[in-house]
Formats: sequence, C-alpha cells, structure tokens
Amino acid sequence: MSVRSDYTLHHPRWLRVRVSTYWWLRRGSYLAFILREFSSVFVAWFVVYLLLVVRAVTQGPVSYDELLRWSATPIVLVVNLVTLLFVVYHAVTWFNLAPQAMVVKVGATRVPGFLIALSNYAAWVVVSAALAWLLVS
Amino acid sequence: MADRITLRVARYRPEIESAATWQDYEVPCPKDWVILDGLNYVKDRIDGTLSYRWSCRMGICGSCGMTVNGEPRLTCATFLRDYAPGPVRVEPLRNFPVIRDLVVEIGDFMRKLAKVKPWIIRAVEKPLSEGEYRQTPDELQDYKQFSMCINCMLCYAACPIYGLDPKFIGPAAIALAQRYNLDTRDEGSSARLEVLSEHEGIWGCTFVGECTRVCPKNVDPAGAIQRYKLQAALESVKSFFMPRGAA
Repeated sequence: MSVRSDYTLHHPRWLRVRVSTYWWLRRGSYLAFILREFSSVFVAWFVVYLLLVVRAVTQGPVSYDELLRWSATPIVLVVNLVTLLFVVYHAVTWFNLAPQAMVVKVGATRVPGFLIALSNYAAWVVVSAALAWLLVS
Repeated sequence: MADRITLRVARYRPEIESAATWQDYEVPCPKDWVILDGLNYVKDRIDGTLSYRWSCRMGICGSCGMTVNGEPRLTCATFLRDYAPGPVRVEPLRNFPVIRDLVVEIGDFMRKLAKVKPWIIRAVEKPLSEGEYRQTPDELQDYKQFSMCINCMLCYAACPIYGLDPKFIGPAAIALAQRYNLDTRDEGSSARLEVLSEHEGIWGCTFVGECTRVCPKNVDPAGAIQRYKLQAALESVKSFFMPRGAA
C-alpha cells in the first residue's frame, strides 16, 4: 500500500470497465438475442425476393421462367435456405415473446401466457395450411 | 462435500491500483451459508479491508447484488454449496463504475428512478375528509408484480443495452413507472410518458429479456417495457388521428 496514485479522499477514481465488442458471445442467451436481431436482415431479403417474383409474374412467362432458373442456381438456393431458417427462428422467437408483451384478460382473469403463444402458433399453422392448399389445388 | 471453499474476490483499491485484481480467500462452507456469509467471514476474520454493501441479508433491501461466477445475483440468496468445490468468483455488478472492491456507484440509477415520478400523481387531490382512494383486489393484482422491485439493480447489470448506452433509462425504472401507470389511483401516466417515450426510454430496449431472467423478485421488467411500448404506440396513433385530444 505504499504506492499512491492520483487518489484523493473525496473524489476517488472510479473504475469503469468497457463493455467488450464481443459481449454477445459471453452467454448463450445474448447470442440467441443477437441472432434474433440479425434475422431481420433475412426477413428483409424475403420481402425483396417476393417483390422480384411479383415483378417477374407481371412481366410475363418469359421473365418468370428466367427468375425460376436464377432461383435454381446453387448460390440463390443456399441463400434462400439460410433465409428460411432465420425467418423460422424469427417467427418462433417472436411468438414465444408475445405473451410477455400482451396482457389479455377475460373478465378479471388474465389469460395464461402459453395460451397466447399457442394461439399465435395455431394462427401460423392455419395460414400456412391455407396457403399450401391454394398452391396444391 | 468439502467443508471449505475458495472465494475469488475482485479487489479494486483506487489508492494503489488502476485495475481490478483477484484475491483468494478460503472460507467455511456449511450447507446454510450464502455468499454474503462468506464475505462477512472474510471481513471479520481474514481481511478487514474488503469493501462491499449489504444490509438485511433476507432479499428485501437490494444492497448485496454482485456478480457471482459471471451472473448477477443477490449474494444473500445464493448458496455457497451450489458452487462447490469452487472457487467462486465474486465481482461487483457489471455496467456500473466501481468505487472500491465490490461497491459500485449507483447515483445514475437513483437519478433515473426519480425521473419516472414513481409516486401516485392526482390531477386534483381528494380532500382528506372524503377518505382513502379505494381499490379492489383485482385492481391491485394488475400492478402488484411490478411493485415487488427492491431496486437491487441486477437487471441493469444483466442488460447489455444499459452497458452499451448508459443513457438508457433501464429496466427497473420503467417497471416502476408501469407499476404506477397501472395503479387505478394514479393519473400521472401522461406525465411519465414524456420521459419514457424518449429514445433513451422504452424505445432503447430491444427485448433481450435478461432483466426478467435475473430478477430475484420475478418482477418481469422486460414484460413491463413491451407493454409500455404497445401503450405508447397506441397513444401516438390516437394523437395522430385526434390531434386535439379524445373526449
């Protein structure tokens, strides 16, 4: 205790620890959060892709075939597959968090969280099934 | 089970060092000892220079929050035996400046708490002769969860947003604001909205959800913030369509 630095009695030097750039690697839940945030980039790509499909359809069969051929190239296939995984992750995390943000009351009792999440999943399944039926029929 | 355990404590003594250092202390580890008991043993028997905060040792005062093996915990509610055979790393709460050893500077948090006006605000106070403001048990239930906060700041230590942007008003302050907003006796939600709807208010939160996970009183600050976002969004839509105010 012999070395004294610029310490003064009434203004001690506070120690401020800088947050590491890689703080999100420190624990699994932080990483899951960052991946959830990152998934919005892929959601945006799916929107762009949908617009490309719409444009190709409005321009006629030739450009639609052209888009299909382009979509079948390995790089676009891989990008879209990764996008699908991230979009599913985005949807699942969104539905799981919904009960925390939503308070639904029936009379005076609060609807339990799992029912809110379940209704979201049910709506997802119904919409997906309806779309699948439209595509098949 | 071993009858002794090593506490690896982060020391910071501003008069002799400019960074934190580790110091090991061997303490007894009976099955009913919590981390705080270990620290008190060190203070009383081994090293009286160790500084840390504590008071009630029963999860009410919110003073003894520290980082235990990387997790924000109340040291009075964290058993030593759960970390056997050790060593147990004890550090100050993250995201706050350290004054000394395990003592952090809490001025920022205290100022933020006051900013959200955490008291019942009435447009016009009822005369005393008319009696108290009444409330049903169901109405109490609406905000009771948020009133359980003990200001231990574990949520601030767990929140990476607060760590990266100290201007963020933070989980506990928002949960406390929500505690009063949801109280039927209160009429101050528009006064609080001004502070909370700022960028550093509710919109700073990106819903990491760690605040809720580490909360020792199950307050769910993350839920409070998301609910508030919904409420603030509805308010702004309302003011867009009805700029002169709804009847």
